[in-house]
Amino acid sequence: MRIGFMPAAEPVSRLIEELGKLPGIGPKSAARLAYYLLRMPETEARSLAEAIIAVKDETVLCSSCQNIADSDPCAICTSEERHHNIICVVKEPLDLLALERTGRYKGLYHVLHGVLSPMDGIGPGDLKLKELMERIETGSVEEVILATNPNLEGEATAMYIQRLLSPLGLRVTRLARGLPVGGDLEYADEVTLTHALEGRQPM
Amino acid sequence: MARPRVYKTEAIVLKRINLGEADSIITLYTPNHGKIRAVAKGVRRLKSKLGGHLDLLTRSALLLAQGRNLDIITQSQSIESFLPLKSDLNRISCAFYVAELLDQFTAEEVENYPIYRLLNADLLWLCTARNSALVLRHFELQLLSHLGYQPELYHCLGCKSPLTPQRNLFSAISGGSFCPDCAGKEPVVRPISVDALKVMRFLLSNDHTSARRLRMRSDLSH
Ligand SMILES: [Zn+2]
Ligand SMILES: [Zn+2]
Repeated sequence: MRIGFMPAAEPVSRLIEELGKLPGIGPKSAARLAYYLLRMPETEARSLAEAIIAVKDETVLCSSCQNIADSDPCAICTSEERHHNIICVVKEPLDLLALERTGRYKGLYHVLHGVLSPMDGIGPGDLKLKELMERIETGSVEEVILATNPNLEGEATAMYIQRLLSPLGLRVTRLARGLPVGGDLEYADEVTLTHALEGRQPM
Repeated sequence: MARPRVYKTEAIVLKRINLGEADSIITLYTPNHGKIRAVAKGVRRLKSKLGGHLDLLTRSALLLAQGRNLDIITQSQSIESFLPLKSDLNRISCAFYVAELLDQFTAEEVENYPIYRLLNADLLWLCTARNSALVLRHFELQLLSHLGYQPELYHCLGCKSPLTPQRNLFSAISGGSFCPDCAGKEPVVRPISVDALKVMRFLLSNDHTSARRLRMRSDLSH
């Protein structure tokens, strides 16, 4: 008689399956997490489950900047203290948070929710570009900062947006690309060094 | 070719997929191992020493270590960034197309050095090409040929007689041309002009150094 493979109890395998859908989580990690959750005190498990529901129920997409927020329009878009004539375009909400952490930027944002990536089937229609153009055409925007990532997809997306905006005659800028702080010159690649040379500053 | 535990190779980056917090799975085309996929750890961090050397469509010298599942890229140094290509949106989209076509057409770990040479040469050509469509047609035809799908452009696939200079027909499914007499039995054929046939023959039998001198009517580019 063959000893059969013993599957996990049904609710556990369901949880493993759901966790396995998360980015960066393989089947092994999913199983480990599922058993960790299983051993968790009931109150903690409930609070986690409620946090997941709340993030779906209580957040909205700001219809202006397309960021994920708790109100529409969001706190940034309605703030009197921010400059409404400058928009910084980012790939995703996490990039917006990174820029906010600097505390140095006082303009508004626009979240694209992706970058052009033909190999992943992501074209201009999949990004929040129509919304960006509408904002610019109806508002009093004077400058657009393109803050997509300094890699080929990010560059291509920035160039694409620059091409869309060029007939409108406003100032279009790109975040400076160059050497990272704490980096080592000898490890820099040719593209980074070229940009760093082009963007050199008097001191 | 079997790979040692730690090995060096040159490679052109075709594709990057995010993995976990800051890692990527990188699809590479190499001279001696064909297409391989490898993990680059921490590559998405701005301070990564690998990062810029593993951007899409960069030719780099790599050091890899065999991993349990995928190999791990431990060092990279870019050799050719194809920089002129990357500052022009039209050229970038052509290069994306080249990378995607190659990725879709090839299986992993099948060595094909002529394809590596073709990829490198045509990306360099794309940096300065006046007519980028010509580069794409050259790449497509040469890729088909190196993979063993070279279309028949000299003889009719039906009656085997040499094609005469008239409007013949082309069948992508059958992989070549038919004379007007034989084309009737083929399910999907499209007419092919004498000029188009000549351009295809020329692109198939010439590398980029001669092919780039070709001046093509714009209606033949697509
Ligand atoms: Zn907003
Ligand atoms: Zn025939």
